Amino acid sequence: MAPPRPARDPGTPASAAIRPPRTPERPVIAVKELWTEFATHVVHCGISLEIDAGEIVALVGGSGSGKTTLLRQMVGLERPSRGSVEVFGINLREAPPAVRAKIRKRWGVLFQEGALYSALPVYDNLALPLRELRAFDEDFIRDLVLLKLDMVDIERRHADRMPSELSGGMVKRVALARALVLEPELLFLDEPTAGLDPDRSESFVRLLASLRERLELTVVMVTHDLDTLVSLADRVAVLFMGELITLGTVPEVVRVDHPFIRSFFGGDRGRRALNALGAATVAGN
Amino acid sequence: MADPAPTRIREPEIDAETAADGTRTVRLGGAWDIRALEVRARALGGELARFAARDAWDLSGVQRLDHVGALLLWRAWARKRPDLIRMAPAHELFFENLAHADGEARSAPRRSLLDPLAALGSRAIGVWGHLVRIVRLAGQVVLDGAWVIANPSRGPWRELSATIYRAGAQALPITALVGFLIGIVLSYLSAEQLRTFGAGIYVINIVGIGIIRELGPVLAAILVAGRSGSAITAQLGVMRVTEELDALRVMGIPAGIRLILPKVVGLAIAVPLLVVWTSAIALIGAMLAARLELDISFALFLQTLPVAVPTANLWLALVKGAVFGALIALTACHYGLRIRPNTESLGAGTTQSVVTAITIVLIVDSLFAVAFSHIGLELRG
Repeated sequence: MAPPRPARDPGTPASAAIRPPRTPERPVIAVKELWTEFATHVVHCGISLEIDAGEIVALVGGSGSGKTTLLRQMVGLERPSRGSVEVFGINLREAPPAVRAKIRKRWGVLFQEGALYSALPVYDNLALPLRELRAFDEDFIRDLVLLKLDMVDIERRHADRMPSELSGGMVKRVALARALVLEPELLFLDEPTAGLDPDRSESFVRLLASLRERLELTVVMVTHDLDTLVSLADRVAVLFMGELITLGTVPEVVRVDHPFIRSFFGGDRGRRALNALGAATVAGN
Repeated sequence: MADPAPTRIREPEIDAETAADGTRTVRLGGAWDIRALEVRARALGGELARFAARDAWDLSGVQRLDHVGALLLWRAWARKRPDLIRMAPAHELFFENLAHADGEARSAPRRSLLDPLAALGSRAIGVWGHLVRIVRLAGQVVLDGAWVIANPSRGPWRELSATIYRAGAQALPITALVGFLIGIVLSYLSAEQLRTFGAGIYVINIVGIGIIRELGPVLAAILVAGRSGSAITAQLGVMRVTEELDALRVMGIPAGIRLILPKVVGLAIAVPLLVVWTSAIALIGAMLAARLELDISFALFLQTLPVAVPTANLWLALVKGAVFGALIALTACHYGLRIRPNTESLGAGTTQSVVTAITIVLIVDSLFAVAFSHIGLELRG
């Protein structure tokens, strides 16, 4: 089963090995002075960040710190109260529908629960966006779908299964295959490894690392999982109480003296993950 | 603005030349990715079909490649890598992935001549399965009911009251509207016919018997099946899909007593009450129409009604209402418990539940009509 696909050593942060991006826009995502206010509370107060092409950025923060909301705002599912989100240099909220539709074909989104279309079998979940393009024959689509399923190690006999008949790990992999099916340049992952056992989560990380290495992906992910974060992320954005505390590489972030960062990276799990990285010791520990 | 870099990235290009020794070299250039191919995959596929894997291929001019472009070439090469090929090392992986995916065996679904027969058989088995499960569910409800009678302090009284409120009280406006309109229609139609015979006064017998004995119960039951039956199916279905039923079970809370029993008993109580309400409003409509059409005064109508319609009809209507209510709830619960975890199943299950419940109501109503044909219909007047 295992193909000769050299995955990037998960310990090494991505560096110059990354080929020049397919897209000239820099940055790929620009969040400017973003505020999100709900009736009873403020979720984001003035967040600004930029994500460059070809990098993997992890959003971390406590529960309710607005990570998923920020992700949803990046893909245009929610509207910030103030400020703007630009993707590929375009503010989705202001762009005309044709431009918006074009942008949406350039990214893939992996939802936390997979969000597979429960009424369609696995195969049609992947074929649907391809058919929607109306550019390819069914035969061609079939080849593409089976290719993507193969890339996430879903066996062909599972293609006819319904999403409800899949295990949690398979749902995530099929959802990833669906997110990849339109050859996105930008990938949004919401808790890609949550709910997976450590073994599965590790192979998911390896899969993402190899895909990223080879497909020149820009990845934005929300995660709680330190192992995923340390092995994949080039930079980490830490959200706390509606503010962006810091945005930097893992060693840079752990040096920041902040109660949330201390508790997030400081526990046993954090130390183990960081030791694996061979990075700086955690400040204050 | 929308197109990333129109100046630098070129459209897909195909260029072929034949050398003196007869070998052909195919040169590709430009972008071979989904964004460029989206509009011209078919045309390019046709163009590529002129060449084959035995030609020499030069892909070094390709600016962008992804799996879509690679697949297009892969198919032109009849799914194998040409011997003579030049390409950027970074592009190799797409063909590696394609070769790997091809390694998996291809299987086609097998079809058989017996398939239609098998489908018919499985349908029959399915219908039988439904019947068995509904009977089993009804038995379970009876057992649960007995348990509640033995342990009245632990009965689902709150749930029962909620069901009666939702299925009964909240259905009052719609049943009133429908009943009123049907009463008017029935009265007008009968009045027209009876007047030709000079037997206008018998409109009271016709609408009285018709509404109290048949239309009131059936109308109320159909409306309840549509309103509450679908709601019960959807609720239980979603609870099943989200594992809430399992959560109840592992907490030791019997789902049958908390969820199904109160629905069945609640509808068995609410529907007879709705029947009385619907019939009463329908009679008011009929009375109004009779007065407008035949000049039968309200007083005469109300005096004649008890004489024209024996009281047995009212009791029959109440019994029918209770039976209909229980059957609707049982059908709805049955379908709710069979929802599979996908959106389609939820929709299909709810539809089936309502259709089946209405069918059952009408079948049982005709059984009632046959069985009680000698009760409450003696002509007086």
